[in-house]
Amino acid sequence: MQVREWALKWELHSQRKKIKRRLAAGAPVTEKGLWVMKHIAIGILGAAALGFMASAASAGTLDTVKQKGFLQCGVSTGLAGFSAPDDKGDWKGIDADFCRAVAAAVFGDASKVKFTPLSAKERFTALQSGEIDILSRNTTWTSNRDSALGLDFVGVTYYDGQGFMINAKKLPGVNSALQLSGAAVCVQSGTTTELNLADYFKKNKMEYNPVVFEKLEEVNAAYDAGRCDAYTTDQSGLYGIRLTLSSPADHVVLPEIISKEPLGPAVRQGDDQWAHIARWTYFALLNAEEAGVTQANVEEMKTSTDPNIQRLLGTEPDGKYGADLGLSNDWVVNIVKAVGNYGEMFERNVGSGSPLKIARGINALWTKGGLQYGPPIR
Amino acid sequence: MASQEILRGEPSRGSFINDPRIRSLFFQTLVVILLFSSIWWIVHNVIENLQRLHIASGFGFLKSRAGFDISDTPITYTSDSTYFRALVVGLLNTIIIAVAGIVLATVVGFLIGIGRLSQNWLIRKICTVYVEVFRNIPPLLVIFFWYSGVLAVLPPPRESIHLPFGSFLNQRGFYLPRVVWGDGSWLIGVALLLAIAMAWFVAHRARQRQLATGQQFPVFWTSVALIIGLPVLAFLLGGMPLTFDFPKQSTFNLTGGFWIKPEFLSLLLALSFYTAAFIAEIVRAGIRGVSKGQTEAAAALGLRSGPILRLVVIPQAMRIVIPPLTSQYLNLTKNSSLAIAIGYPDLTATAGTVLNQTGQAVEGVFIMMIAYLVLSLVTSFVMNIVNARMALVER
Repeated sequence: MQVREWALKWELHSQRKKIKRRLAAGAPVTEKGLWVMKHIAIGILGAAALGFMASAASAGTLDTVKQKGFLQCGVSTGLAGFSAPDDKGDWKGIDADFCRAVAAAVFGDASKVKFTPLSAKERFTALQSGEIDILSRNTTWTSNRDSALGLDFVGVTYYDGQGFMINAKKLPGVNSALQLSGAAVCVQSGTTTELNLADYFKKNKMEYNPVVFEKLEEVNAAYDAGRCDAYTTDQSGLYGIRLTLSSPADHVVLPEIISKEPLGPAVRQGDDQWAHIARWTYFALLNAEEAGVTQANVEEMKTSTDPNIQRLLGTEPDGKYGADLGLSNDWVVNIVKAVGNYGEMFERNVGSGSPLKIARGINALWTKGGLQYGPPIR
Repeated sequence: MASQEILRGEPSRGSFINDPRIRSLFFQTLVVILLFSSIWWIVHNVIENLQRLHIASGFGFLKSRAGFDISDTPITYTSDSTYFRALVVGLLNTIIIAVAGIVLATVVGFLIGIGRLSQNWLIRKICTVYVEVFRNIPPLLVIFFWYSGVLAVLPPPRESIHLPFGSFLNQRGFYLPRVVWGDGSWLIGVALLLAIAMAWFVAHRARQRQLATGQQFPVFWTSVALIIGLPVLAFLLGGMPLTFDFPKQSTFNLTGGFWIKPEFLSLLLALSFYTAAFIAEIVRAGIRGVSKGQTEAAAALGLRSGPILRLVVIPQAMRIVIPPLTSQYLNLTKNSSLAIAIGYPDLTATAGTVLNQTGQAVEGVFIMMIAYLVLSLVTSFVMNIVNARMALVER
């Protein structure tokens, strides 16, 4: 079994080198040559990793993460509001903040997280092969991904639906997706979006010409340059992308929503403890909002006598809800201190506090007519 | 004396450790054992890890519905087709770009290569600059140059550039009139085949006559006349059965006609112009490799410069040119996988999408590797046949 140990060491060593390289390269990998190489490398490494990965490496993800000292989080290559680096290279967005929340729950320190930007195509291989510990990358929860791909979705951090965007200045008179017959449509490859697009045009007996790219930036550039008439992706994404176009005011998002896109984080299947930590981090964010615990008042709230808040913040005498999950008892305090509650996270990244200005809509708490519902911590 | 004895003496039989035959046998067995055990170890680990990670495996997914559309489909393909058919479409696209790229690169490469040896100073320098520029830029940059630098700045579809013969050029691609074959157009095809056969026959007879009598016959012009004349005659006799389908403006794009997409065009131009720079150098080296005495001897026999090049220099140069040319063809085929950067649906792009939609990474990469391997082997095989024929001519 020495061979296996050696393989494990080699694997760790190359991981470390990879991380260093990524850090050295700055947050987003913008250089074109690099990403093609990386893309090919990930495909082959992913396959090879399955071959070389020591099969005895069955230690839980939580232990591995604690041992490493940081959480490796897979994010998008740059989608405003969800995960995108700001001008200082810090990752911003709901998806990035979710990883910070998990890091806060595990380490009590939200900064102990490293981000790996992944294209739609690379994301699942990266998670399967253990390159990342959690995938928080505007990914749609589907049955196939939950079963055949060996993933485990932990919840829906954003309820979305697929829509279309067009350049209203160039195409006056088009105000419905049903008028798009014959159009060239830009779409990112390897997404549910690509499949919904095919289904929608087939169902409505319309023709279209798919213009497919692997990276979001390339789809954006092609659409901006006029290579296609319409752009399709999740509606939240369309609003984010519109801001990055050369003249955002010319572009309108058409009213049709053609699919359900429940976006959420995923972990590897088969590690229940780790899945529970990720899932309950999400529920804790919801419960904190429901209980009115915010980033600003969390310290005061620790003295609250409300048993519900005491259970949530781990101040209940003899309560050990955090410890049962494999975390500290003040895990929710750490989460809320780091990123706020779900509502704060939403408003800061995609809502009124952001340039996107997306309304809560169905992402409001169930108490306010939305779909976000956190099971109780008790 | 003593040292000579040792040199002449038979191998020592003292110990089997020093017996070269046993040694070589031992090391060969060791290599085989190491090779097979590492293969076994990798395969075993893949299977074990796939099971541990709960990832479904096997090639059964190839028969399921693909569900996504592909922009360039040489064979019928819809989102209802299977994943297997999607992969075939990707493979065909790779073959199309490889073949078109090889033809264009060869033509450009030969012209530039010969141009570098031209007596004309300007032509020679232009060709040198071409080679030095294209040879030293990574092909991916050349692809982006054509895609984002040249084709993307063309006008939008509603302001297309009108070209002669009802063709259009805009940022969505190059639109040509498409030939629609009417009734009786089979006659034209037959006439073309007949013309080619006749041209071949004329060339054969002219050669025999020249060998027997020394008299020459204008084979080239006769062939041109036959190959163009006969189909035109058939076209007129058949009552002009051809019509053209011209591209027309519709709501979003031009419809009808023959449409070459900018992805294909930029990939083709980039790959062939890049590879042509290498081919030019190979051609130049090949021609330089033919000794000057050959040219002078041919000139002394009274041949003019055209026939010297065609009959003496090129046949000998080809012998040097073909082996490295094969490598360039293989490079071009493999470089075509850069198509993914601009969204041309070649094998890598399609297999990547299939891989991602199904999650079958190991199988997907395996299929890609096998496909590229087979493509490369076929190219090598064809080029080896060509090489063997050229070698015979040289004697």
